[in-house]
Amino acid sequence: MIAVLEPGRFTSLQDGGRIGFAHLGVPRAGAADTLSLRQANLLVGNPEFAPALEMALSGPVLRFDVDAVIALAGGQLDASLDDEPLAMYQSVAVRAGRILHCGALRTGVRAYLAAAGGFSAPPVLGSIASDTLAGIGPAVLRGGESLSIRTQRLQQGWYWRAPPDFGACPVLRVLAGPHAEWFPAGALEEFLGAEHEVHSDSDRSGLRLAGARVTRSRQPELRSQGMVSGAVQVPGDGHPIVLLCNHGTTGGYPVIVVVIAADLPRLGQLRPGAMLRFEMVSREQAMAALRVAAEDLRNGLVSADSGLLAARSLMTLAKSHPELRAANLQVDGRRVRLRR
Amino acid sequence: MNLRFVGDSAVLIELRDSVAAQQLRRVMLAEHIAGVRELVPGYDTLLVEFDPLVLDADKMVSRLPKLMERPPRASQGREHQIEVHYDGADLEEVAHLTGLETIEVIRRHGAPCYSVAFLGFAPGFPYLVGLDRALRVTRLKSPRTRVPAGSVAIAGEFTGIYPQATPGGWRVLGHTDAILFDAARAEPALLLPGDKVRFRSLP
Repeated sequence: MIAVLEPGRFTSLQDGGRIGFAHLGVPRAGAADTLSLRQANLLVGNPEFAPALEMALSGPVLRFDVDAVIALAGGQLDASLDDEPLAMYQSVAVRAGRILHCGALRTGVRAYLAAAGGFSAPPVLGSIASDTLAGIGPAVLRGGESLSIRTQRLQQGWYWRAPPDFGACPVLRVLAGPHAEWFPAGALEEFLGAEHEVHSDSDRSGLRLAGARVTRSRQPELRSQGMVSGAVQVPGDGHPIVLLCNHGTTGGYPVIVVVIAADLPRLGQLRPGAMLRFEMVSREQAMAALRVAAEDLRNGLVSADSGLLAARSLMTLAKSHPELRAANLQVDGRRVRLRR
Repeated sequence: MNLRFVGDSAVLIELRDSVAAQQLRRVMLAEHIAGVRELVPGYDTLLVEFDPLVLDADKMVSRLPKLMERPPRASQGREHQIEVHYDGADLEEVAHLTGLETIEVIRRHGAPCYSVAFLGFAPGFPYLVGLDRALRVTRLKSPRTRVPAGSVAIAGEFTGIYPQATPGGWRVLGHTDAILFDAARAEPALLLPGDKVRFRSLP
């Protein structure tokens, strides 16, 4: 078991979401940044979409009552295990009794904690995802509750070759939307030329974009139709909404562009106030990008012995504490020293 | 049939009506097309969402005309009778807007046999078509922050039933005790696209 000492700002159990129930009005839900979810799981030897904790803005404080192997991926956290800073994007053995402080996110908006064996919760419609729109699945994490994990031993450690950078003003690649006739000539070019800001009224269902308005040539809404994540809807007020993983299954606002599948995970890392741009690509480029992303995911994992993982931990410590002159770290019986 | 690509992972097929959308959905389900994740009927559309690394969109699209020629598969549409207490917060206002007596609003709302065009908005929320034309009213200017579960409401040409308490802008005529959605049931949604619904007024 893992005891939740503090829940963090908005922490929930997520996996790949509910697939095959959209015709009943059931949202997909699941991880907002599926790439980070998959990386965290691969680092601890889990299936890519195994249940993990998704934390937004700041993470929980957890006490492990069992030995576990964990990994953190996603936006950069100031995480620590007891008092030692904890490196992300690598597997870490955690002894029973230790306390994990996930800390606040410095970049991006969400991070994922995976545990070898996976978190367990009763599935609802094939998924343990916490649906934050329809209220299906487990509720958002609260202090005082406990989480169960299926513990599993790892034969070796792993780290991720090239963790992503959630730096400023990403360019999201898009395809033209299905409702071109709802927009006057030049509206699409104007939208693509503008820099957009994520509004504070954004959540796992959608990102509202503040700033540049999009003009529409038709006022009546569409007849309700199925919607997809990444669709950029334009309501009557002209302020676009980018649908995220927990969007309603149907909608009636015209869609000006759709973010390509390869860039969907990046949408889940945009925090209120973040700036972004859109860039039009071809369907062929979209497919090529998706194949590259799949290839990167296959090749990202690097095996490492405990000495190397300890050295990586120490480098994390050195980075976050520039004043530090020397330090010793004991990881799995290996001793690593820092001296500057 | 008109077809629109929706990003790299979905195609929106525009059809004659919701019946055609449900028909095509049944045909495509029976085909067990690898890579298809969702088949979402809308008012007069079917959204096909797929994994583009598994399913080639162009190949799937080229198969559609053949699939649409298939003889209609028998609809498994069921008939439901739903008991309604016509005591909704907007009953008087709807009477005022339509120029009908409240008892006439209730009679006209309870008279037709409705069909479920599609589900959306919330799990199990049915968009029922067949509403008496005299009862077509606009949505509330400002949506309520909470519409109770079971509320039977109208907007435009639709009647809907709120499966759970949510914000909402439809005009509420009454309520039912029927459980519209329960994830623990073998069939979680009470009403499915294609089903027929009659309302029975309870005192």
